[in-house]
Amino acid sequence: MAVLVIADHDNASLKDNTQKVVTAATKLSSDIDVLVAGQNAKAVADAAAKIAGVRKVLLAESAELGQGLAESMEALVVPLMSGYDAVLTPATSQGKNFSPRIAAKLDVAQISDVVEVIDASTFVRPIYAGNALETVSSSDAKKVLTVRPTVFKAAADGGSAKVETIAAPGKPAHTRFVDQKLVKSARPELTAAKIVVSGGRAMGSAEEFHKVIEPLADKLGAAVGASRAAVDAGYAPNDYQVGQTGKVVAPELYIAIGISGAIQHLAGMKDSKVIVAINKDADAPIFQVADYGLVADYKAAVPELMSALTAAGK
Amino acid sequence: MKVLVPVKRVIDYNVKARVKPDQTGVDLANVKMSMNPFCEIAVEEAVRLREKGVATEVVAVSIGPAQASETLRTALAMGADRAILVQTSDDLEPLAVAKVLKTVVGQESPDLIIMGKQAIDGDNNAVGQMLSTLLDWPQATFASEIAVSGKTAKVTREVDGGLQTLEVDLPAVVTADLRLNEPRYASLPNIMKAKKKELTITELASLGADTAPRLKVVKVTEPPKRAGGIKVETAADLVSKLKNEAGVL
Repeated sequence: MAVLVIADHDNASLKDNTQKVVTAATKLSSDIDVLVAGQNAKAVADAAAKIAGVRKVLLAESAELGQGLAESMEALVVPLMSGYDAVLTPATSQGKNFSPRIAAKLDVAQISDVVEVIDASTFVRPIYAGNALETVSSSDAKKVLTVRPTVFKAAADGGSAKVETIAAPGKPAHTRFVDQKLVKSARPELTAAKIVVSGGRAMGSAEEFHKVIEPLADKLGAAVGASRAAVDAGYAPNDYQVGQTGKVVAPELYIAIGISGAIQHLAGMKDSKVIVAINKDADAPIFQVADYGLVADYKAAVPELMSALTAAGK
Repeated sequence: MKVLVPVKRVIDYNVKARVKPDQTGVDLANVKMSMNPFCEIAVEEAVRLREKGVATEVVAVSIGPAQASETLRTALAMGADRAILVQTSDDLEPLAVAKVLKTVVGQESPDLIIMGKQAIDGDNNAVGQMLSTLLDWPQATFASEIAVSGKTAKVTREVDGGLQTLEVDLPAVVTADLRLNEPRYASLPNIMKAKKKELTITELASLGADTAPRLKVVKVTEPPKRAGGIKVETAADLVSKLKNEAGVL
């Protein structure tokens, strides 16, 4: 049984979600190939070839693959599946966009957001915003999985797999890329950061969110997150959103400021190693999952925290 | 232009799901049920297109038990013109839902399908993409803006790290993300009016779609609980605990 892992990358560098999904793949098979689909992505393929346990790296390049068009990803992957029993994709926005197409084309179920591989046909996945864990067994001949990267340890380097270039499919007939606006940030990426500082509705405005959350994050070298309520209110962009419908994070340290702890927010951060909550409402549900709670108005507490961090040499 | 909006009846957004003691699933008896929040956003967007004169008809469709007609009445009260209930007591997997919707599309021939990106019960985030594939229509998922002009639509999508804009030829499948719009509350007069709008009920079996399950649910369990922590008195205490006790600074 061979399995295919679809690499997460930005055409320039490989993201460690890939190494994490490789770890998940090792529970299925020892024959693991990695597919790098992109444009000018040779460096990404070379990086993937260094992952320990990878048999072969497939590299396919075209403008549409570089733009991540779902139809192109499907057209590339489906024919490859004659040689694989399973395909694993990191459950990022990009992965969630194309992976169900592969499943539909193969006429098999997709098993979304896998957090545990029990055996080659049995998987555990969160449902109901992570309030329940569902163990499912699949009767399909081929398995199409998206994998939640944060729960798996990244596979180490140490491999020296061959990179094989394969043909890219033609342009999709009815979908055209117009443009892309990516926010350039010096901060670490939300899902990969060791520390995440998140702000909630209590911030009251986008200006306040920038003024309070960002300096603290920068002091800690942290990524910035937000609750759905803060995103809904327009205080923070959507890709900051941590929760059931946003990103799932599991950093070493998660600091929730002015976040009450709605079910759907907890779904995105409760696997963090250490959780800190700062909220003036002592009854806020966030305190039920927080390792350290500070009942205080963030307006006073955050400046104090900044000073205390400075005093501690941060 | 006809817009089809698939909607799902799910546990209410504010209700915490409880796992059944026998581990067969989540207890939905006597639990408040509502329209899936992302489906509400999809209905709102379709109704706005109709109000702008871009769409001429908005048809809502749901697959589920008889009670799902209440969810469809909500869609009608928000402004959908008519509704179709594909009635079944089975809990269908995303692939089966996509296959059933494909048969409905065959009967209705919409120009655009707008649907939620994800249902908050199964959290699969798959039906829209699967339906697009089965129909061989273009897809634009996770939409934060939809601009229809003639036979194409420009869709701005929420992607990792920013926004991407695609142009798709119609007919197409678009899935709604959170920031697409803020759904309206149905007014009382509109709720009354919705009771008189057409709601057709079709038995699932009559559509002839393959809805056989591919997955067997072995068990449904509660996730491990986090042990409660402690309260600290000051920010300085907090920093000291994080540094010396937790070792994360």
